[in-house]
Amino acid sequence: MGQFAYFPHTDEDISLMLERIGVGSLDGLYSDVPEDCLFKGVYDLPEAMSEMEVRRHFEALGAKNSKLKIFAGLGAYDHYAPSVIQYIVSRSEFLTAYTPYQCEISQGTLRYIFEYQSMICMLTGLAVSNASLYDGPTAAAEAMRMSVACSPKKKRVLLSAALLPNVLRVVETYARYYGVELTLVEAEGGQTSRAALERELAPGDVAGVIVPGINRYGIVENLEGFADLVHDRKGLLIEYCDPSALAVTKTPAEWGADIAVGDGQSLGIPLCYGGPYVGFMATTDACLRKMPGRIVGQTADKDGKRSYVLTLQAREQHIRREKATSNICSNESLMALFVTVYLSLMGPEGMKRVNDLSYAGAHYLHDRLLSTGKFAEAFDKPFLKEFVLKPLVPADRLQEVLLSGGYFAAVQTEEGYVNFCVTEKRTKAEIDAMVSIIQEAEL
Amino acid sequence: MRYYDKLIFELSKKGRTGFSLPCNEYGRHVSELPSELKRSSSPELPEVSEVDVVRHYTNLSQMNFGVDTGFYPLGSCTMKYNPKINEEIAAMSGFSSLHPLQPACTVQGALEVYEAMDKALSALTGMAAFTLNPCAGAHGELTGLMIMRQYHISRGDFGRTKVIVPDSAHGTNPASAAVCGLEVVVVKSNADGRIDLADLKPLLDDSVAGMMMTNPNTLGLFETEIIRIAEMVHAAGGLLYYDGANMNPLLGKVRPGDMGFDILHLNLHKTFSTPHGGGGPGAGPVGVSEALRDLLPVPKVVREGSALKVVGRAGSGDETPLSAGEVSAFLGNFGIILRAYAYILMLGKENVRMVGPLSVLNANYVKECLKDSYKLPMEGVCKHEFVFDGLIDDGASKAADGQGATTLDVAKRLLDFGFHAPTIYFPLLFHQALMIEPTETESKETLDAFIDVMHRIAAEAAENPAVLREAPHGTPISRPDETTAARKPILKWNG
Amino acid sequence: MSKIVEGLKYSESHEWVKVEGGIAVIGVSDYAQKEMGDITYVDVPEPGDTVEKGVEFGALESVKASSDLFSPVSGTVTEVNEALCDAPELINEDAFANWIIKVEMSDPSELDALMDAAAYSELVGE
Repeated sequence: MGQFAYFPHTDEDISLMLERIGVGSLDGLYSDVPEDCLFKGVYDLPEAMSEMEVRRHFEALGAKNSKLKIFAGLGAYDHYAPSVIQYIVSRSEFLTAYTPYQCEISQGTLRYIFEYQSMICMLTGLAVSNASLYDGPTAAAEAMRMSVACSPKKKRVLLSAALLPNVLRVVETYARYYGVELTLVEAEGGQTSRAALERELAPGDVAGVIVPGINRYGIVENLEGFADLVHDRKGLLIEYCDPSALAVTKTPAEWGADIAVGDGQSLGIPLCYGGPYVGFMATTDACLRKMPGRIVGQTADKDGKRSYVLTLQAREQHIRREKATSNICSNESLMALFVTVYLSLMGPEGMKRVNDLSYAGAHYLHDRLLSTGKFAEAFDKPFLKEFVLKPLVPADRLQEVLLSGGYFAAVQTEEGYVNFCVTEKRTKAEIDAMVSIIQEAEL
Repeated sequence: MRYYDKLIFELSKKGRTGFSLPCNEYGRHVSELPSELKRSSSPELPEVSEVDVVRHYTNLSQMNFGVDTGFYPLGSCTMKYNPKINEEIAAMSGFSSLHPLQPACTVQGALEVYEAMDKALSALTGMAAFTLNPCAGAHGELTGLMIMRQYHISRGDFGRTKVIVPDSAHGTNPASAAVCGLEVVVVKSNADGRIDLADLKPLLDDSVAGMMMTNPNTLGLFETEIIRIAEMVHAAGGLLYYDGANMNPLLGKVRPGDMGFDILHLNLHKTFSTPHGGGGPGAGPVGVSEALRDLLPVPKVVREGSALKVVGRAGSGDETPLSAGEVSAFLGNFGIILRAYAYILMLGKENVRMVGPLSVLNANYVKECLKDSYKLPMEGVCKHEFVFDGLIDDGASKAADGQGATTLDVAKRLLDFGFHAPTIYFPLLFHQALMIEPTETESKETLDAFIDVMHRIAAEAAENPAVLREAPHGTPISRPDETTAARKPILKWNG
Repeated sequence: MSKIVEGLKYSESHEWVKVEGGIAVIGVSDYAQKEMGDITYVDVPEPGDTVEKGVEFGALESVKASSDLFSPVSGTVTEVNEALCDAPELINEDAFANWIIKVEMSDPSELDALMDAAAYSELVGE
């Protein structure tokens, strides 16, 4: 056989091993497979490439993508990731490790997950966090199921219509097959309607309510009194939040939420065309046993050394099978390391600065866009780094002009608004340049 | 490996910073937010310098074992080597800086990767089309079952709510079925460790949505009656689902589509060499037969002439009435798809034919060399993995307290010799199950070293099982107290 | 050798019942406790919940296993042993002294189908 870098076998190795097994040829190892099942054709795949050719191939593919200055949000944010992150997460001891079931040789992974859990609790104010989930929308879907598990006699969950579109859609998919009835709570004036919430809660059949902390319009919602309304009807309040913003905005715990979920991408994870990201989930002590996913706990070894282990595993799929709280096995462990290293570097002051720069840039852009006369205010409500405006010019044309100038901005929403987002990565000069393109364009 | 006892919080000192950010030149400040929307106090995140962070996490990494450290004989986990070129490709800024909602005309290169991966996986599995949206194996499995249900619902056949799962199945199978609103019915294995057709037959009625299988099964045995099983399931109106966790031995040799499977998921972090990352991120693409193509989740990548586009995004107004729905935030774990596609290009159409055979060669070699020391319940050729039912001589007869060494003890003792443990106590069919999967990327020399150690451990057990029961001896920590961890959970740093 | 207490009723799924008036006091047997090993958590219903004979009402968890609890009688839960929430190990210490729930029986005749100590002893082979 030919040589290939990932196969260490020489022809001699293969003969010696076959001899030890007592089989005449490699084909003989498949003698139990019915003839009809063996693939005899030619795979419709390219010929093998050398490493140099592979690199060139991907460089060419990458060159077909446009590198744009990102002024868009809607669930994926172009925050700055300090150099240290990539350096740490590339360490092969983290990157190439398996799930930390053998805790004696996995203390590195276990300890950073414990730190991650602690930091998620610090951001949300809630008592416990799991080791991570896939992404924000699936974390919301898990929370939906968790609320039903906490009150098994109820099969109805409320969703704020102001949640991000992909959050609504993923929760709808999960609910449809799991057999949960969903009702949308309408938004009024850019915020989840309190009156509509009260109305939908009235029958007393609601297990959980999912509301956004910062909604699809970028508005920071005022959730005052929501928790009382939901708790009076014996349901759980679930808040979908941007964890980066939680460094400055009121926490899920302060609003009285029972579960906080969201996407940790805004904490040091590259955009990478939508993944891998990381879903987070935190909850109260009371709901701990119903929380899906892996959890790391602290204990001591035989000699009393502080040690970390996967714990409360009896809730999980490999033990409870069809009675498990979720089918989730792999989490997004390495992405949780991105978040942990990011938050370690930033600390409370850095997180405040990130939000301060994003807020300031977004408000500066907002005002400058309005001054062009090509937009109208959609809502006059508090926002942080992301907002929507009503375009007074054709939105398709607007986005085209911006793309050709090298900007990804003014993403159209279902309602006909356009979305803008500013992070600390954007400079005042970039904002000014983009605004002057809009100003000068014939639209 | 060396024990290191700090948490990042314990390195914190008020006023220290590890970040570097530009100045605010806008004259606006986040303090302008209305006070009723602001948190009452800053989060108590650590305050550490950059060098503190680098040393801390470097120290943590040194308490970890990975594929780059040594051999993982971990059954059903396919811990193969993770090629380094893949990491470089995934980090290329032409991909890593793309926003997921960028218009298709600005991401044609990324969409080409998506399309090429769909085609490559279809060619390798004999399926018609793939979605790459699921983020992990279990997520793919759930997505596949949603497609299964969607198939019956789309035909107005609402009574099919049961799914048949073998007793040897991975624990995720029944869990995924339950999350998808399906009731699990268990089919038994026969004395050969394969599905018992006599037990299966009466289960196949018009309430059955389908059946989930792994092939080879979790005992590493090929389900030789697979064609017959597929016929039986199809005759009953059900669909056959392939759990791709055990795909590696078939790669390049047998295609699930040719065995009659209608839906499958693959684990890119197993069969297609992407790193496990200490438990994710993975990716769990789902493939379907031609008849089920329209049921795949949205958004999906489709070709229109010379251009690729994304259809079925929320708010797009695209009509995709048959689709099972949206299952993840955007188009899945793109960074993982890039890595796996790089691996497929490196392999090419010829080398890929050797992946399965070499993994099966390695497994059978280890099995034959160790069966004189460990109980082998199923004789004959295995596929990529096999199961021992503990030690032949556990040393109980020589031990002062009459206690022999268990499978757990063998696993823990292996850690002292620089090997990861095999999968233990799974499958549940054997009390002392010890499941071994050496992948094709391990050399004969590595396997011989492992075999020597396994023999040495068996000899130690026979002489003095206490050595095993106290193991590991040379790792950063000894066996921790898991009972107290579960009874009195400490799940975060409390200062 | 596990302990079996005379005068109690036993189910095949290893729960014991002590009748106090119309109330069934329910726990798990010493045999079940030994099979589980170190119990780390007891999942119980709330007072006011209804339970049904032969249907699960809770679960015992150990580090690596979970075992459902099945109610030997039907009725309404009147009381739950709160002490087990903080100290599940009490069941390991004495499975008979530490009951799990008390149930007001809706059909006391269901007791007749349960085993006495001698029959249960035979079931667990002791």
